[in-house]
Amino acid sequence: MEQRSDTFLDNASEALKNVEQAKRRDIIATFAPLMRSAAIEGFDEFDTLRQHVKRVREHALDHLEYYLGQFEQQAVQNGNHVHFARNSDEFNSVVLDICQQHDARRVAKGKSMVTEETGLNSFLQRAGLEVMETDLGEYIIQRAGETPSHIVAPALHKSAGEIRALFQSTHDLGARDLPETVDLVAEAREVLREHFLKAEVGIIGANALVAENGYSMLVTNEGNGDLCANLPRVLIVCTTIDRVLPLAQDATAMLRLLVRSATGQAQTCYTSFYSGPRRDSDVDGPIETHFVLLDNKRSDILDSDYREMLECIRCGACLNHCPIYSSVGGHAYGWVYPGPMGSILTPLLTSLEQSHALPNACTSCGRCAEVCPADIPLPDLLRDLRHEENSRKLSAGRWRLGIKLHGWLARHPKLYQLSTAIAIHTLHLFGRKRGSYSSLPMASGWTSQRDFPAPQGKTFMQQYKARLKRLAEQRNEH
Amino acid sequence: MNERDREHSSPQRRKQVALFVTCLADLFRPSVAFASIKLLERAGCEVSVPLQQTCCGQPAYNSGNYEEAVPLAQQVITMLADADYVVAPSGSCAGMICHHYPRLLEGEWRERALELAAKTFELTVFLNDIAHIKPPGKKPSAAIPSVAYHDGCAGLRELDIREQPRQLLRDLCGIEVSELQQREVCCGFGGTFCAKMPEISGKMVDDKLNDIMATGADVLAGGDLGCLLNIAGRARRQGKKIEVRHIAELLQQDRDTPAIGEGK
Repeated sequence: MEQRSDTFLDNASEALKNVEQAKRRDIIATFAPLMRSAAIEGFDEFDTLRQHVKRVREHALDHLEYYLGQFEQQAVQNGNHVHFARNSDEFNSVVLDICQQHDARRVAKGKSMVTEETGLNSFLQRAGLEVMETDLGEYIIQRAGETPSHIVAPALHKSAGEIRALFQSTHDLGARDLPETVDLVAEAREVLREHFLKAEVGIIGANALVAENGYSMLVTNEGNGDLCANLPRVLIVCTTIDRVLPLAQDATAMLRLLVRSATGQAQTCYTSFYSGPRRDSDVDGPIETHFVLLDNKRSDILDSDYREMLECIRCGACLNHCPIYSSVGGHAYGWVYPGPMGSILTPLLTSLEQSHALPNACTSCGRCAEVCPADIPLPDLLRDLRHEENSRKLSAGRWRLGIKLHGWLARHPKLYQLSTAIAIHTLHLFGRKRGSYSSLPMASGWTSQRDFPAPQGKTFMQQYKARLKRLAEQRNEH
Repeated sequence: MNERDREHSSPQRRKQVALFVTCLADLFRPSVAFASIKLLERAGCEVSVPLQQTCCGQPAYNSGNYEEAVPLAQQVITMLADADYVVAPSGSCAGMICHHYPRLLEGEWRERALELAAKTFELTVFLNDIAHIKPPGKKPSAAIPSVAYHDGCAGLRELDIREQPRQLLRDLCGIEVSELQQREVCCGFGGTFCAKMPEISGKMVDDKLNDIMATGADVLAGGDLGCLLNIAGRARRQGKKIEVRHIAELLQQDRDTPAIGEGK
């Protein structure tokens, strides 16, 4: 997918001007946390489970090669084909090859952020395939020619009115005008049914891979994943190498955290395990099944200080609780993954040069880490990326210089106290009457949005030292 | 030595507290530091102010310049090594010392950072949980204003400061806080964030200000000057009438000094 994280500030500015979308984001930012906390309130073992799953994930990543090997062996034994792809190009080629081997013309596709990462849809379409997204949100944004604005709810930025207008312009509706939301859903369902039945290849994602039995696990609320997996002749499961867990019970333990964190449900409508192709005794199912596992720099992350990021289970809770995500929306982040997790993944999976604004889109408020079911210290990782940005001199020179000067001054208390006394006194003298400045040349970032409160008077240190001196003099007099 | 041992070993000795003034109180609002001293003394502590203090290193640390933050952290650790207790009228500075110094430093310095962390407290936590400050003998004479409270993020999530400031306002001033709808949401300050990403920060502080104004409170109190300067500055810009003060000033019943951002 095209990367435009380098213009984050412009994207954000643009997003803030869209009042309608901003209003909807505010509503979601209020309700999503309430839904999550309601789901977790009655679930006493959440924290215990969180620590347990974290240990399991750490273990799985420590022995990633072993568990990937076990998964591959089991999956092959179940009759699957397993492919490993180092990067997006390899990944897309593997998928296209499979489609072409089966003379496929149509693909029914379930929701998969990994395929957004590799740009699979456009790659297959350029090769002449008809690819239809079957998750309702994904279907909507595909029709609109847009990208997901949220990793769990991709069409979160769209209103029912916009979706109606979209269907009116892209569907053959005749005299129907789809007045209610339920009519919109029924309309999409109608179009999708047709495609499910005609598609030769189904593509789905995975929430986890189970090493002990070679299964993949997928949760959906619409059941579209199961139709993609069972109706077409060929199934391709697209995911990444870091999804592998040792045991089936590990996957279900993770599931209990995932769904509550993502949508505030105790369980999604559908939880499916995919084992392999149709057996002789089965009445339906694909005749051929593939797993395509993408690396795309994840091996590098494994060996880096950002390793914990691989424990992310893609629930979207950090997005839902991030005041910056809810201010600017997902598209402003300029790539596949938005919000706190995206501000870490984007630099790691693409490049820090292109995306170093993202780790700065953070006030270190810590709400994301508080709700993260994988217990990832997101603000710390974001700060570490800013450290890298700073060390590689990617940040603005005047900021680096400012921090350096301030640091130098703060290491020389006498000089610091003298120079701040002068600066503060000046600011006080000119600002005391009004109490604040509406503009200050050295603080234009601050004063562009708010007044700059004037200092009260002399610095505390000046006043306190004067007081100590007075006391000492009094003592001497007696 | 843990809290209990300390109390038992010298039951008569007054608690020796070193005040970490914080750079914002030093520069912008000395009244916060003076009020903090008075409160600590009221709580039976002996207060000293180490004169070498400047900055805890947070701006450098959060900007990702760890190389500049490390010597500042070491300077603070050395300066405060002999104190029994360290108290700061700021959740974010106390959080910096308690949580981030140990993360920033290694080896022996990390050990020393952990020692400092164990005896460092944010002001309201110290007054309420450690020093157990007593209510004044007589009821406050001035009319009790309606007060909203802004919880700073570091206080909330690094130090678990939730009830202490409310308890103190109740016990010392008879004030029941008018609560915001979104107590857990950041005000958009974030140190250098507010100057690096002003538009986003402006939107966030607007949301916070709307929430504050909806409580109908006359006064906004908080424990972190960074947030308060941000909120007061935006209120001034928008012409919204709200008296913004650090909680230390309210607890010390000091409402004569002009509020943050107000003229004389």
